[in-house]
Amino acid sequence: MTQTDPHANFAAPETPDWCRGCGDFGILRALEKALSGLGLRPQEVVVFGGIGCSGKTPYYLAANGIHTLHGRVLPFATGAKLANPALTVIAAGGDGDGLSIGAGHFVNAGRRNLDLTYLFYNNEVYGLTKGQAAPTLPEGAQTRGMAAPNPQRALDPIALALDAGYTWIGRGYAYAVGELSELISRAIRHPGLAFLEILQPCPHYHPDHDKAWFTQRLYTPVDHDPLLTTNDPARREALHAAVQRLAGQRDERIPVGVFLEDRVTPPFTTALRRQQPAWPEKAPATTPVANGEGQPLARIDALLDRFAV
Amino acid sequence: MNAPAPLPFAWRIGGPQGSGVLRMALLFARACARGGREIYSRREYHSNIVGRHSYFDVSVAGRPLFSHRETPDLLVSFEAETVARHALAVASGGVLLHADEPGVPLSALRFLDPRLREHLSAELAAGDLPPSTDGLLELARRRGVHCLALPYGDWLARLAAGHGGRKAVAKTVNTLGVAVSAGLLDLPLEDLLWAVAQTFAGKPAVIEMNQDAARLGWEAGRADRPAGTAKLSAAKRKEGRLLLGGHEAVALGKLAAGLGLQTYYPISPASDESAFLEAHTRLPRSEGGPLVLQVEDELAAVNMAAGGALTGARCATATSGPGLSLMTEGLGWAGMNEVPLVITHYQRGGPSTGLPTRTDQGDLLFAIHAGHGEFPRLVLASGDVNDAFDDALRAFDHAERFQLPVLHLLDRALTGCLQTVPRFRPARHRIERGRLATDAVGAVPRFAFTADGISPRPLPGGPGAPFWTTGVEHGEDGRVSEDPVIREKMMEKRARKLETAARAIPVADKLAEFGDPQARLVALTWGSTTGALREALHFLPELRVIQIRLLWPFPAAELEARLPDDALLVVVENNYSGQLAELLAARTSRRAAHWVLKYSDRPISAEALLPVLEAIRDGRGEPRMVLRNPLE
Repeated sequence: MTQTDPHANFAAPETPDWCRGCGDFGILRALEKALSGLGLRPQEVVVFGGIGCSGKTPYYLAANGIHTLHGRVLPFATGAKLANPALTVIAAGGDGDGLSIGAGHFVNAGRRNLDLTYLFYNNEVYGLTKGQAAPTLPEGAQTRGMAAPNPQRALDPIALALDAGYTWIGRGYAYAVGELSELISRAIRHPGLAFLEILQPCPHYHPDHDKAWFTQRLYTPVDHDPLLTTNDPARREALHAAVQRLAGQRDERIPVGVFLEDRVTPPFTTALRRQQPAWPEKAPATTPVANGEGQPLARIDALLDRFAV
Repeated sequence: MNAPAPLPFAWRIGGPQGSGVLRMALLFARACARGGREIYSRREYHSNIVGRHSYFDVSVAGRPLFSHRETPDLLVSFEAETVARHALAVASGGVLLHADEPGVPLSALRFLDPRLREHLSAELAAGDLPPSTDGLLELARRRGVHCLALPYGDWLARLAAGHGGRKAVAKTVNTLGVAVSAGLLDLPLEDLLWAVAQTFAGKPAVIEMNQDAARLGWEAGRADRPAGTAKLSAAKRKEGRLLLGGHEAVALGKLAAGLGLQTYYPISPASDESAFLEAHTRLPRSEGGPLVLQVEDELAAVNMAAGGALTGARCATATSGPGLSLMTEGLGWAGMNEVPLVITHYQRGGPSTGLPTRTDQGDLLFAIHAGHGEFPRLVLASGDVNDAFDDALRAFDHAERFQLPVLHLLDRALTGCLQTVPRFRPARHRIERGRLATDAVGAVPRFAFTADGISPRPLPGGPGAPFWTTGVEHGEDGRVSEDPVIREKMMEKRARKLETAARAIPVADKLAEFGDPQARLVALTWGSTTGALREALHFLPELRVIQIRLLWPFPAAELEARLPDDALLVVVENNYSGQLAELLAARTSRRAAHWVLKYSDRPISAEALLPVLEAIRDGRGEPRMVLRNPLE
């Protein structure tokens, strides 16, 4: 690793097999840059990937990389973070992974304000299976791989994340690497559950939405304040309404940036400590289970006494 | 030959769900166990919250018990439906306690299954008796059953005076019934009072009220004792024993193993274990306790546990029936990525929703084959509460030593039972964590090819370099590879772990043998049906029982070596298709001559098994024999 290249810590030697012009390249660069910029050690970062082109992200990073199952990236990431809260845990998955097959996990993760970063790659199509509609593709749209216009309506990931309870919500664009890297950094630094939608071209199956299409439309709303630092219900309501408005803009003008940064909702740690006061200091992954002789360290005598006759 | 052992005493209590049947069975079992006796009990209940019928059988003897009886010597009842359902099952010469109330027509019992109502009505018509509970009591009397009408109402009125009125004492009716039975059986009052105090621990006023009820009922029972009623008089106290069920034993085994994270989705009957763990994560522990998390579905449960296990924590999930169907995807991922993951599977009746609260052993072949593609896994099955603790503890060692998913199978019969067992001794266990590469510096290829198939296992956050894993086929470094030679080597490496496990696991953990090793009549079984066979040994000394504890990899060589050429093999299982028999045929050169099966999803008892085994011994057995009891 060299000191001159700020990405070197996290750049893996393997060549990505994504298509030329794929938005995933920009996301990968931005992620490398964010991780390096945060000064994290590669050993302490675990990147979980879903299934699809986006799910390959961990292959190309020099961090612990766990390539999981279609739709299940959040449960895997959640389990790892619960077991070893000292790790920086990132989940990377596509639109279909998160909102179709993994929708139950997408929503329920919002109920736990666990310190995870979820990077949601949205190109509105399924790439690896040859261009079917993703759940984010608008009704009536027909991309290159489809035989007919999309008969089903689109889900809005940001609106859904907001309703589900994600406490940090943002949107970025794959080829604005500098801005995206900053968004990823902020998402990782957020001490709760962060959701970052990343808009990206799929040059192969959704060529209409190319770089020019995006650059004409993207803007950063200057008057939006994403910070929630008070329990005032009026402020929360107004902010949620503002995020909903931003979420819905996906045609002529598409806002990017941080939409919500909720510093009020307690982290999941608070709830977990009520159940298990020893957590996270005595985390499951790092707490010994046996002494030097291999004898169990858990003390179950008092429990056994309850069953004594 | 020694005289056959006496039958265990069989006690049954029934009532609507939500009325305290479970608690009263525990009360009686505790009182008997306190007096030095051994207990085995079975529980039957509907998939319902309140109102449908449930009952509990408690067998009591001076020797260890592993099976219930289907014909109780004493029935405790409080209402008509219990009388209707169980009057015909009470053993001749036994005792039936019922409320001193007018009889009820069978047609007025809204939860009595139509098939059972017809069955009972036909029996009554044959005896020229009316289709009512009065008719059933009369039919019982004709078989020599002592039917005792108990004035619960009068007793409650007496208790009400000192304990805040009729409403306050209403629930002590249960204790009254149990206490009458205890008095009839000459059970020491002090043991009964101790059991009351245990059962209502933490509520002094409730204890006092129920102890008064216990004294009242006990005295009445002593006064009413029919001649010839069995006695459970004072016996020698035995120290160092526990009274508990299979799901509690599993939970305790997991805690002893150092469980770090248990994830689950509510499902009957598996949730009982997670509920127990949730209630006890805060107990004093030297090194922290587990996290227990209820999650959105079984897909999340299995994959969250796998995610936790990747970081080095001991992680598990527990499920039943359809839950395991959903988990098969995650099971395969854990197999492909060599993740030490423990799945506790409580079998219930299937397919589909099946019979959620009834027992079944229909998931054996599923557990062995669940998941697409081929990957190694271990499948263990517990035969009793002792096994449940040991297997739960060892499952984590197996999972970490051989770096694969371990399926620990139980069945509903074992989950809801109560059994007296010697106190568990976890300090005698030596935890084995396998080939952890926690101190390695530099790159540790996660899937390095080794002679035994087991690779050093790096963990994230350690001093070593990061590692990769993927559910896609991969090379030693965990990077995707579709190379045909790598594929072959990786398939062979994973398969070798199963051979390694088969060599490393002691034979005593693979199969357990009971009875005369020279006996020609050999019964093979697995899971809780082992108990009925162990009990049958007391009455059929020419029987030998082999319980398969490790179902996969199947201990074919060890089993064949233990079977003489002329052995007459009988397989006993709680399923329709004889899945162990199929496995025996697939993996060994031997075939079972007789399949003894039960698929009403009620457990097999020694009582039902004995005449069948005797028929087989005498050459009168059919190849396939089905155990049935229309009254269960």
